[in-house]
Amino acid sequence: MDTRDRSSRAPVARPSSSKPEAIDRRTFLARSAGIAGAAAAGLAAPEALAQAVDGVPPWMQTMGTPMRGYGQPSKFEGKVLRPTATGYAAVTPGAGASRTPLQELEGTITPSGLHFERHHNGVPDIDPARHQLMIHGLVKRPLIFTMAALARYPMTSRTCFVECSGNSGPNTVSPKPPQVTAGAIHGLVSCSEWTGIPLALLLNEAGVAPGADWLLAEGADAAAMSRSVPLTKAVDDALVALYQNGEKLRPEQGYPVRLLLPGWEGNMSVKWLRRIKVTQGPTHTKDETSKYSDPIPGGKALQFTFELGVKSVITRPSFGMKMAGPGWHEISGLAWSGAGGIRKVDVSVDGGATWKEAALQGPIFAKSLTRFRLPWEWNGARTVVQSRAVDDKGNVQPTRGAWLANYAPPARYHNHSIQSWEIAADGSIANVFI
Amino acid sequence: MFSSKSTVAVIAVGVLAACATTDSGSPVPTTGPNLGRPATAQEVAAWDISIPPSGAGLPAGRGTAKQGETVYVAQCQACHGAKGAGKPADPLVGGVGSLATAKAVRTVGSFWPYATTLFDYTRRAMPTTKPQSLTNDEVYAVTAYLLFLNGIIAEDAELNAQTLPQVKMPNRDGFVDMSRK
Repeated sequence: MDTRDRSSRAPVARPSSSKPEAIDRRTFLARSAGIAGAAAAGLAAPEALAQAVDGVPPWMQTMGTPMRGYGQPSKFEGKVLRPTATGYAAVTPGAGASRTPLQELEGTITPSGLHFERHHNGVPDIDPARHQLMIHGLVKRPLIFTMAALARYPMTSRTCFVECSGNSGPNTVSPKPPQVTAGAIHGLVSCSEWTGIPLALLLNEAGVAPGADWLLAEGADAAAMSRSVPLTKAVDDALVALYQNGEKLRPEQGYPVRLLLPGWEGNMSVKWLRRIKVTQGPTHTKDETSKYSDPIPGGKALQFTFELGVKSVITRPSFGMKMAGPGWHEISGLAWSGAGGIRKVDVSVDGGATWKEAALQGPIFAKSLTRFRLPWEWNGARTVVQSRAVDDKGNVQPTRGAWLANYAPPARYHNHSIQSWEIAADGSIANVFI
Repeated sequence: MFSSKSTVAVIAVGVLAACATTDSGSPVPTTGPNLGRPATAQEVAAWDISIPPSGAGLPAGRGTAKQGETVYVAQCQACHGAKGAGKPADPLVGGVGSLATAKAVRTVGSFWPYATTLFDYTRRAMPTTKPQSLTNDEVYAVTAYLLFLNGIIAEDAELNAQTLPQVKMPNRDGFVDMSRK
């Protein structure tokens, strides 16, 4: 006997003052599926309503697909992709970057397949059976580790972000605010749980010699990517990472082994790690002189500016979305700092005139993406929304103008200034500089 | 930065501690099973291609700008343009004296503080289609050619392991070392 009223099972979202988040979320989901008009006022999508009439959707009337060895996202999420940019595509197609589509994601962990990429000459196809890590230089015992040997070492896990110091570059170098998504601007940041061996442990085994104060890390890619790292960082929290989000590193993230320097510019977390040379003084590689240095007024440039500044960005609402009418909305975004944990995030819905503290999603890890949320009742008038993060060292995210004043144009790196999204009366959203 | 004494102290503490923790409270191992095998001097020599400003580790070999022009035309010009003018890849020549102006042009000549970096990077990464394929003589020569085009050395000056580290780049003192602040 089936006395159930099938229409009562329909996934209809009714406006309810007691659950504003639910309305808001459904509204956003519906809009992101490209049916913004029908989704106004929190109504479910037309397809869902149609299914509600006969009650049983087609996928309940046929067998589902069987198990598979490695899961994939729904085919309906096929548009969630990393936008890519290649500076030298004609001559070096593997040199460039892809960005995490921050506006498509929630929570704090970046799916491994959506972690941003920055490669200087493509992704090497490394056979772990033939890859080794050498530690040499100013050490008592130069050592070579096979991947099989490293797999036997005691490990630790930590959640942290990796951010390219060139992140937010479109807001940095463009004279006019580029009208692109949050990910296309700020998506050179991603967050994972990384597992591996503390570098300090391996350095202990090699025995650092007196006089050493830096090391050189080198990758096994076609650019033999190399960066100098102060030994203080190496023995503080540097990780020789083998796993990302529970599985072996993706090739784009350094398979089979990478260096991970929490909170420092991503370029230094050398992927496909092959060699660590303990040195006295930095090696002054190409990427720590001609790149990744910060020109300042007067002609000089700051070098070895490793730590990433306190930063945040509202990912929803943001460019490419459209507000589904006045009323309740949840403002959601990400905050992070290379100096430590996020203490608070303030949100302004009036272009910076007033600020309100957002709720932070716990647990909050140091040097990790932190989700913030703030319910907001939009009155339908034009306004500008912004977020401003403060870390647990007291560092405050600067305005764009205050940040730019520190550097000589064209400043390219370490832009951690406040992002401003303008919401028009028709609900469209634009990137603005204020 | 810190003294070598403090470095040793930091590491010694790591050895003595049974177990440290991350700032999220997770345990961090500090001692391992010693599963690395000794690297031989021959292996180290074969792997070690990084060249610091002192020039330590520079290989035998030599080259001049005249010899380097031939290498450049064959290996570099397609991406970096005639005489290092750039396009589609970065320009390698020009901009000397422009850094304090509103139209700063940052190239190997105007911006890079050490000539050793040019040798190191060219040898390890160039040409992108076949990295680490140039001979040491070719790398010395094309390094000399680019420094000559930038007006930093004479056309007939020979670069080798002794002379390369002595090249004074125009922007040698143009950087503020933030690692010491």
